[in-house]
Parts: sequence; C-alpha cells; structure tokens
Amino acid sequence: MGIKVFKLPDLGEGLTESEIVSWHVAEGDAVQLNQILGEVETAKAVVELPSPFTGVVRTLHEGPGTTVSVGEPIVSIEVEDQGQPDDGGNASGEQMQQRQPNLVGYGAAAERNGRPARRPRRVGGAAGATSGPVAQMAATNVAALPVAQGAEPGPAAAVTDHGPAGSVGEPAPAAPAAERPRSTPPVRKLAKDLGVDLAQVRGTGERGLITRGDVQDFHDAGAAAPSGSTAPAPAGGWLAGAAGPETRIPIKGVRKLTAEAMVASAFTAPHASSFLTVDATASMELIQRLKAHKAFAGLKLTPLTITAKALCLALGRHPELNALWDQNAGEIVQQNYVNLGIAAATPRGLTVPNIKDAHRMDLRGLAEALGELAATARAGKTAPSELRGGTISITNIGVFGIDAGTPILNPGESAILAVGAVRRQPWEYRGDVALRDVVTLSLSFDHRVVDGEQAGRFLADIGSILSDPGMALTMV
Amino acid sequence: MSLPGTDPTGPLNDESYIQLLAPDGTRITSAEFDPWLEDIDGDRLAGLYEDMVVVRRLDQEATALQRQGELALWPPLLGQEAAQIGSGRALRKDDFVFSSYRENGVAYCRGVDLTDMIRVWRGNRPSGWDPYEINMATPQVIIGAQTLHATGYAMAAKFDGDDAVAVAYFGDGATSQGDVNEAMVFAASFQAPVLFFCQNNQWAISEPVGLQAQGKLSDRAPGFGIPSYRVDGNDVLACLAVTRKALDHARIGGGPSFIEAVTYRMGPHTTADDPTRYRDANELEDWKRRDPIDRLAALLSAEGLLDEALRQRVQQAADDAAAEMRAGCINMAEPGDLELFENVYTAPHPVLARQRQHYERYLDSFEAAEWGH
Repeated sequence: MGIKVFKLPDLGEGLTESEIVSWHVAEGDAVQLNQILGEVETAKAVVELPSPFTGVVRTLHEGPGTTVSVGEPIVSIEVEDQGQPDDGGNASGEQMQQRQPNLVGYGAAAERNGRPARRPRRVGGAAGATSGPVAQMAATNVAALPVAQGAEPGPAAAVTDHGPAGSVGEPAPAAPAAERPRSTPPVRKLAKDLGVDLAQVRGTGERGLITRGDVQDFHDAGAAAPSGSTAPAPAGGWLAGAAGPETRIPIKGVRKLTAEAMVASAFTAPHASSFLTVDATASMELIQRLKAHKAFAGLKLTPLTITAKALCLALGRHPELNALWDQNAGEIVQQNYVNLGIAAATPRGLTVPNIKDAHRMDLRGLAEALGELAATARAGKTAPSELRGGTISITNIGVFGIDAGTPILNPGESAILAVGAVRRQPWEYRGDVALRDVVTLSLSFDHRVVDGEQAGRFLADIGSILSDPGMALTMV
Repeated sequence: MSLPGTDPTGPLNDESYIQLLAPDGTRITSAEFDPWLEDIDGDRLAGLYEDMVVVRRLDQEATALQRQGELALWPPLLGQEAAQIGSGRALRKDDFVFSSYRENGVAYCRGVDLTDMIRVWRGNRPSGWDPYEINMATPQVIIGAQTLHATGYAMAAKFDGDDAVAVAYFGDGATSQGDVNEAMVFAASFQAPVLFFCQNNQWAISEPVGLQAQGKLSDRAPGFGIPSYRVDGNDVLACLAVTRKALDHARIGGGPSFIEAVTYRMGPHTTADDPTRYRDANELEDWKRRDPIDRLAALLSAEGLLDEALRQRVQQAADDAAAEMRAGCINMAEPGDLELFENVYTAPHPVLARQRQHYERYLDSFEAAEWGH
C-alpha cells in the first residue's frame, strides 16, 4: 500500500490557483481511475476533477470555499501496490510508484514534491545594465519634449482652484481611475448577480484578491445589516492593493521632463487666466449636420474640432496671442503662422504634439489632422519634430469631465486654451430657461506679452463662434 | 421516411444536407452516394463503430489527463467522431492530411501512435510525430494556415503526376480567414487535387457560425469555382461516401472540392474554456439526439449486428487504447534542457549556437536545484 498525492494542476493555460467548489467523495471512499472527485473553479471555468488513481481516499486536504495554489496537495489516495497497475497499462509497477502527477509548465521535474528552489548565484553584475532602456528613453525625449499642462490629472494639475465641481448627470470620470479590484471573472459574475459592488469588498486572498467567499460574506453581512454602519470598508478599492502607507515613485523619464518644463514655464512667464462660459448648442447641432455630410465621412468631429478652427480664426484678429517672448533678443516675436499644439495624455505621459500650419486648414483638414495626431500620440509614435515649434496650444480637459482650469503655458508660447466638458445645463434661451449645451473656455496667457484686454477679446471671439458658428463669416 | 438531404428531426430541418443515416438509425438510400458504400458490409460497419467509440474514449482520457495535470491543454473532439472517422477512413495511405489541432480522430485513422498524439499537449516536444511516416502533417495551431500547405502539396503532387490527394481539415471559424480563401483561389486556379474538409461544429470558440456566415459555408466554394457538398457531419456513412466521391474527383484530375460537414462541438473549445458561459444548454440537448455514435449503434442493432460479443470487443478496444495513452503520457521521458536547439536548422548556425550558449550560461547561473521536503 502507498499514498499518492493529487496536487492541484494548472487547469487552464497559466492559472495559478483554483477554488474548491465541492467534493463528490469523502475520506474513506473507494474511488476508480477517472471517477469525479469534486469540482473546482478556476478564473476561467468550473471544472470537474477526475481521480488520477484507483484507491481509497485518505485525505481531502482542503474544504469547499478554499482557494488552493497550483501544485498544492488537494487529495491523498491510498493505492494498492500492484505488479500490473490498472491505471498504467504496460507500465511497470515501480515506474508507476515513482511517478507523480507532473505539472506541465512548472518545471521538468515538478513531480518531485514541489518546485525547485532556484536562486540566482550572481546578484548584480551584468544585471546593472537594466537601467539601460529607461535611460535611453529619457535621452531620446530630452530635446524633444515641450510640455503643456492640463491634459493629465497629475500633481501639477491645472484644476487647483476648481475642484471637480459637483458634477451633474454623467458618472464622474474625473476621479483618478481607481484600479479595478482584483478578482476573477466568475467572482465578478457572482458579485454582479448579487448586486455587490466589488470596490466595497475587502479581499482576503493573495495580494488583496477578492474571493467567492469574500463576496458571499459581504452580501450576507449586507443582507443582515443594511448599508453603512460599522463595516470599515475603504471608500474606493484603491487601498486594497497598496503595500504600505505610501508608495514612492522615482522621478524620471517623462514625469521629470514634464516637471522641469512646468517649473520653467510657471516661474518665467507671469500667468493670468480668463474664463468664458458659452451656449454651444449651435455648434453641437452643426457637428451633427456635418457628420452626415459626405465630406466628413469617417472623420471624428467634436467640440474640440470646432474650437480649434475658432481659435485659428480668432488668432487672425489677435496675432499678439500667437507670439513669443524672446528674452535674449529683447523682442516679442509675432509668428505669422499657427502651429497648434494639442496636449495629449499618452502611455508615456503628457506630450504636446502640434499641427503645423493649422491656420491654413479648413475644418475638414483640422479634423483629419486632429485624428492623426491623437492616433499617433496614443500609439506612442509621435516624432520629435511634431513636438517642436508650437505657437499656441489647446488642452481638452473636457474629456476628463472637467469644466475649467488654469493651464500652464507650453514653454515658448504665450497662450493656452482649456476646453471644458460640454454639458446639458439650464441656460437662458430666448427669455426662458432651457436645457442647452454649455461649455466653459479657460485661457491662460503670458502677461508679459498679452494684456487682459487682448486676451479677453480673443476669448470672446472664440466664444462667439461656438455659440453662433455663423460669426466665423465675420472673421475671414 | 425522409428523403436524402433533409433532416426532419430538429432545428436544422430548414437546412438541407446529404444524409444516409438518420438520427434514429434508419438507413436512407441514395442513388448518387450508395455506390460509394458498396464495400461497407457488416464487419466494416462494426469497424466504423469501433473507431468512433475508441476515438471518443481517447478524447475523454486526454481530457481527464489534462484535469489531472498530465497535459497542459487538450482540444476535445466530442461530437465530431463521424465527420473525422468517416472522412479519415476514406483516405488512401498516400494521401496527405493537413489538419488543425482538433483532428485527433483523423490522426487515429492515419495510425498516429497514441503517445505521439498527446506529446505536444504535454509540452514535451514542439511536434508529436514524423509527418512522412503517416502522411499527416503535425497539427496546425494557426487558424486556417494548413489550407495553404495542403494546396501547395496538392499542386506539387499534380506537377509530379501523382494521383495522391491533399486534404485540409479546418473549422467554420477558419473560413473567415484570408488563408483559407487564398488557398481556394490557388486550388481552383491550378485545379490542384486538394479536398477542403470543413467541420462546421457551430462554434468558433464562443462565436456562433451564424455571426460570420450569413449563408451556408458550402455555398462559398462555388464562388471560387470549387464544387461543394453539404453533408450531415454526424452521419459517418454520409461523410465516408461524400469524401470518397470528392477524393476520386481529385484523383482523376477534376480538381479541388469543398465539403461542409455539419456537426457540433459537444465539449468546450479546449480544456481552458467554459462553453456554458456563451451557449444555451438546450442546444447541447438537441444535438445529443443527433449523436453520431448512437445512430450507428441503432443501425447495427436493427441489423442484428450489435451483439454482446461486439459490445465487449469494442469496449475492450477502447479501454486498451485509453490505458495505452495514459501509460504513454505518464511515462513519457522528459526532454533535456538543451534539446530545444537541436532540430531548428539542418546545419550548424552561428546565431543559434550563441543562443544555446547563452541559455546554457543562464541555466548554470542557478544553484543546483534544491528540492523541497
């Protein structure tokens, strides 16, 4: 007689654990080869476990509801020592005795009771080269990265004075995207079925993993004592995965460059800001009409597109906003072309690629250019040349559900316009209060170059186009 | 009784396909296809039955081995036995099969060693067998790519003046791939002796065939200039007869054919899949009534052939095959650490030699393995 141990296999291409759902056998039961011992639930499926041995169940190592790591024993079965094992065809008894279930993918000899405890012999040494890629990436970005502000809800966020104002209607996308609570698809399904918000559940599994039991417990507790009360559930799920009271992130790469540029800009150019809230319903209607137009087929038309065009038109009447303070030459350089920067939150961080000669483009051309710019930036493929030579910038804070902010200037430019979220709001309309599409424009400008009057007129021109696109005809 | 080409029993009754054996075991006569079954006497009928039972048992054993940690993954063929055995037994020895990963029933017909059948799925070797020993390429995992290989092989056979046929096996999902469509263009252009055998098992993992095919899959081939057949894929006799006819057509210089075998994947896509999440349990129940093995058993019973002796013989054959596969799996010798590098190129290759050295050094960088306990 001998004891053979059935260890939890990887049941689905790279899983690390499973939860015991039920046992179909009890200790002391005789079992046949391939007889179903019980069910386990992986992250992918509930599966039945057939017995790898014929014999008598001696130990069920874990009970239902327990999460077991791959490779841990789950059932021990006492088997007959036989010359002709019934599970092995022509295999010799001795061979069979030595063999244990081999966990494919977990090392060649994993059948020997666990994984090899490998440890590196040399620490450091050649591994010092690991800083290479990072350093290299920073180097390639150094010369190329002008930085504006506002597209990213980071530490230097422009929204300081205006908290994410009590937002109406839409689910607030303004909050920093909390990481989804860690759980597996079947557990998420269970939570959904039970109406349990996983963000409220404290995970007891490895690294805060929320298990089926956690969801069930939370649900049961909730049913007993409805909402609120004593349970000290963290407000968001964001604390659950944290390793300690603080997380320290090295300042490097794009973050470091962004910070340097922000400091240089904020403490060189005296910033001032103006705000204008307008009824942009007519622009939204125009967008709808143009979307149906052949010329705009396949193009993305948004309030940003209209705003970009309005800004270029308004710049024609207020060229002083499209200027550069040249300290060394003692000159203000008015630029007679528009390279329109668009702040973009990219996987690498904040970048402000610009659209060259935006003033020459019609609305269709701008829509195309904006689409390409966004796609390129998202793909992380923005070329250094696209980051250089901007003359004025737009930051589209509306995509984060933000209304207004005081953006910091992209170094070397004299104005930056933040476009807020277009919201359906009660607004005066023809002597009544009506629901209208309302948007706030925030303009920061370099007060060395531009005075409040010029900035105000410039902003008013943009606003007038947004509220009545026909006004554009008066500016060309 | 129903006419050939109609199935009055279920949701498919608005569709037409070639059927010679109804789900209740009734033999349906067909002037067109019966001549292709003239040699199928009682013994051969029993042989087809044994094949299907053994293949189903092997499939179940491999699924169990995966659940027991002995295989990394397994793609079950449960429900597709008739399509694979019917077509597989129609092949000549010198025909050449290019299959996907689910055609273990076809592999069985070709004579694949049962240990070799699961070698790849245990992660033991990059490929399980020598293709030239059994005239079957090792399974293609890239969806549909094997149709191009089959077409190329068939073009070469034609250039050589050989009358062997290349057979490409693929599923309904693969028909959406560019490769499959390109293969059909080439096969038609060169009138290559290739048979496109599509097992429409209704599901491309979780996508039902109706999503990617607004018409019958078999209707696509004529657009390429390739004649096609739509056959009841759970009817082993229809699959055998139609495949024989299509192979003969290719052998005598008639060019490619396309067969859509309408069947059903009764199990998961692979052992890592849970089909209950995306398909209705009733669907499985409907298809169980069209089970390929049950209907042949019913025919054998009606003919008085399925006696206790045959039952026991088939049961024994299935048990023996399963035991052989299990033993072969559990006792499979592990490959050496560096074997991976040995069959990449036929001649020494400096880049590979350097990679091998690096890997050796990497392995040496670990202390001698310490085993717990």
